Amino acid sequence: MSALKKILRTGFEHVEDWFDVVFGAKWNPLYQLGALGWFYYWIVVISGIYLYIFFDTGVTQAYKSLEYLTHEQWYAGGIMRSLHRYASDALVVMMMVHLLREFAMDRFRSVRWFAWVTGVPMLWMVFAAGISGYWMVWDQLAQYIAITTAELFDSLPFFGEAIARNFLTDAKLSGRFFTLMVFMHIALPLFLLFIMWIHIQRHASPKVNPPKGLAVGTFCMLLILSFIKPALSQPPADLSIVPTTVNLDWFYMPLYPLLDNVSGITVWIVLVGATALLMMMPWMPPGKRVPVAVVNLDNCNGCSRCAADCPFGAISMEPRSDGSAYEQEAVVNTSHCTSCGICVASCPTATPFRTKTELSPGIELPENKIKELREKTIAASNKLIGGDRVIVYGCDNSLNPAEMSDTKVGVVTMPCIGMLPPSFIDFVLSRKLADGVFLTGCREGDCSFRLGIKWTDARIAGEREPHIRKRVNQERIGKYWAGLTRSKEFFKELTAFRMRLNKLSPMQTESRNDTKENSEKVDA
Amino acid sequence: MPKLRILLGQIVAFILFALLIGYFSNSPSYTYHDPEMALIMVSFSHASEHKEKCRRFTQEEIAALAPNMRRTMDCPRERVPVYVEIMMDGNSLLSKSYNPTGLAKDGSTSIYESIPVKPGQHQLIARLRDSKREGGFDYESSISISLEPKELFIIDFRKDLDGFLFSER
Repeated sequence: MSALKKILRTGFEHVEDWFDVVFGAKWNPLYQLGALGWFYYWIVVISGIYLYIFFDTGVTQAYKSLEYLTHEQWYAGGIMRSLHRYASDALVVMMMVHLLREFAMDRFRSVRWFAWVTGVPMLWMVFAAGISGYWMVWDQLAQYIAITTAELFDSLPFFGEAIARNFLTDAKLSGRFFTLMVFMHIALPLFLLFIMWIHIQRHASPKVNPPKGLAVGTFCMLLILSFIKPALSQPPADLSIVPTTVNLDWFYMPLYPLLDNVSGITVWIVLVGATALLMMMPWMPPGKRVPVAVVNLDNCNGCSRCAADCPFGAISMEPRSDGSAYEQEAVVNTSHCTSCGICVASCPTATPFRTKTELSPGIELPENKIKELREKTIAASNKLIGGDRVIVYGCDNSLNPAEMSDTKVGVVTMPCIGMLPPSFIDFVLSRKLADGVFLTGCREGDCSFRLGIKWTDARIAGEREPHIRKRVNQERIGKYWAGLTRSKEFFKELTAFRMRLNKLSPMQTESRNDTKENSEKVDA
Repeated sequence: MPKLRILLGQIVAFILFALLIGYFSNSPSYTYHDPEMALIMVSFSHASEHKEKCRRFTQEEIAALAPNMRRTMDCPRERVPVYVEIMMDGNSLLSKSYNPTGLAKDGSTSIYESIPVKPGQHQLIARLRDSKREGGFDYESSISISLEPKELFIIDFRKDLDGFLFSER
């Protein structure tokens, strides 16, 4: 399973490379799959409301009303119909790629099971809503879908009389059937919206809107496609004739040909089995449960920065429980915490400069303590010699920078780069532990823990607390968000960074002895 | 990368996505039924005879029943399977026994079969057995039909209308 994931992840990252060049990291559609799904959903809803105004629920009226929209009112109704269809298809594409990508990136196990499990019923909702929409047209495709779907349900041993008998003759079909279809076609997307809302409940600041430019681009694409190739009905349904050749929407109906070749029960076994398998995947095997963040009330002043920065809403601020003068304290919800450590970096007490008291911030990870991060930094620095010495801070979810460790480059990794308090950069440079600090991690716009890169960038830029001190020379900070596959580019950027360091004032030569002194001082 | 190239790259990406959606939204076409063939559909729902007839309980049997469930007659609900045979021009198209629905096999028997046939003039015979008899049939009807390609010919059955019903366009 992990080999498959690695292959998939590598494949995704190669495609993302191309998209990064064309769209940039902020617009890269592969980093916006969920948000694009939401965007297509709203296009489907808005266009559907327009179509509903003109749709007539009747055996013959349904087809006629859509023909009117498509041909007589092509400039509005026809375009809306096409947008409705193509946005629905795009929604399926986004949903399936999103699912596959989250699997490849291994972002569905351990405490992250919730979004995955709530996403599975959405598959059923989307497909059921889409297929019910095709029934409403009541053309030959609808006739085929109606009969085949009814036969699929008839294969279950729950129904007395065959449902498919309702589609034997036109006389047996009533207008109420279309009323039922309209009800289903409205109720299912509403229920889908509810599940979509639940799906993002464990995400702080969820991305439900794609960047404006990407939204405009994708909408224009759908609009132009609607003009060039408008969605059309097939010949009207006639129950006295067998539909022979139908133009399936393969995004919604890939299983229908299977129904003609295997028994309905087999198809149900495949569908239910696949659903059960998807539901169980977060525990096959269960993700490694790393000890979650722990609040140290002695050092927590209730500033709420950790709660604001947690990407999974795992921290809440609650009334003080220790009789302290501070009003609030941070409380970690252990079932939501992913142990990314982003909260640690947000804590104002997580500063490596503390020497008089034990370095124990208000919140930290038991297995990745800030004190240890400082010790690792100093240890990495002690191995460095000569000029252009660099400390590389990396994350455990991207390429392994430890492999590049040598006498010029010291490497320190952590669960997420968002765990690095900006004061560590100041610490390294002011104590002359290195001549520069280089940051790396997941790809920009696609942090494994959602917001690690975003918050790190903002903290270094002084846009988000805790700010990096103004005295820090920004020229001595480099970064390259490499992900798993961009090692070549990473080395190129690192080499360029070191060359830039060489051109700066010669801090390194004068600092070697100081470094050792400082290290000893800090250790003490 | 110059801006124009980036813009062109985005346009290419959107075009590829549009081609993917535009093509697979209704292509390639799928042939569900051979357009040169007609289709005979045998579909009906019919309650067959009960497997056993009602009988009167003996006094001992009534006494053995719970006081609130005592009754004089024992009527087992299970029904016999329905056997259907369809012959076309002397050849068998369908010859199958169908069990009644329900856990106790006490419901109607539901039959839904579609059989592609060559169009043209045909002689059809439909037979059905819904009783305990071992041989022969309880209902039999025949019809001469002329089928066209793609035509759907339905064989229905209604006991209250004396047996088989044939629909023809």
